[in-house]
Amino acid sequence: MDERAVDDRTLDANAVAGMLEQIFGADMTAADSVCAGCGRRGEIGTLLAYTNAPGVVLRCPACSTVMLRMVETPRGTLVEAKGLGYVQVRR
Amino acid sequence: MQRSYSIASGPEREGEIEVTVERVADGEVSPFLHDVAVVGDQIEVRGPIGGYFVWYAALGGPLLLVAGGSGIVPLMAMIRHRAAATPRPVTRLLYSSRAPEDIIYADELRDLAARGDGLDVIHTLTRSQPDGWTGYARRIDERMLTEVRVPLGDAPLVFICGPTPLVEGAANGLVSTGVPAPRIRTERFGPSGK
Repeated sequence: MDERAVDDRTLDANAVAGMLEQIFGADMTAADSVCAGCGRRGEIGTLLAYTNAPGVVLRCPACSTVMLRMVETPRGTLVEAKGLGYVQVRR
Repeated sequence: MQRSYSIASGPEREGEIEVTVERVADGEVSPFLHDVAVVGDQIEVRGPIGGYFVWYAALGGPLLLVAGGSGIVPLMAMIRHRAAATPRPVTRLLYSSRAPEDIIYADELRDLAARGDGLDVIHTLTRSQPDGWTGYARRIDERMLTEVRVPLGDAPLVFICGPTPLVEGAANGLVSTGVPAPRIRTERFGPSGK
């Protein structure tokens, strides 16, 4: 796969709004977040989404830190958020 | 099988929603929707989800909308909502398509622009153009963005939707010509999503 093909497959987190809502129980695309890697602050909707792996990976658009990984398994959904410094879930 | 699709209808339309799905040849869901599904089939729908790539009249303008291919779909919802709003912010749509026959909503966009209420529709046709075409005939670049943006002043509210290279090119181009980054919202679309 050449670099352009990889690039064309990058989406943003809007594309996984449904999965995020199932996990967090609210619309997350407009939620504020901070990257634990570089401190960038931005709505979750601004993060880059990679959906062609077994799970979903959300990366910081500024420094590429993996902020959120989500994998659906038969026994539940695994969420890894080491790269997510902070997120605000609105009620 | 689960996919996310943008809603094309405006919030004024009640009782039904419209989505426009581009057929992706090697896709799993869009060929089904195009070739297999028939009226009367039941499809489970969840949503609407996503408060980020949204424009409602209270956000004001002026509005600069940049679309590539089927990236027009969520922008169409905004254009339809705008058509029903008062006051209507001055709005310019820059819409990149490969060929004239690829333009989605061509008739409706022409009719809305002809109302003369502050909506301009600017097409660029990147691969083939009809005879006598005097409009843009290349990919969106910084010069084109500037020409389209200038009548809206320095800080229009910008929504960009399309394939990733177009979205990043347009967003970076607008920022480098002085549009404040917080005024720009983007949505990349692609062949997958969950």
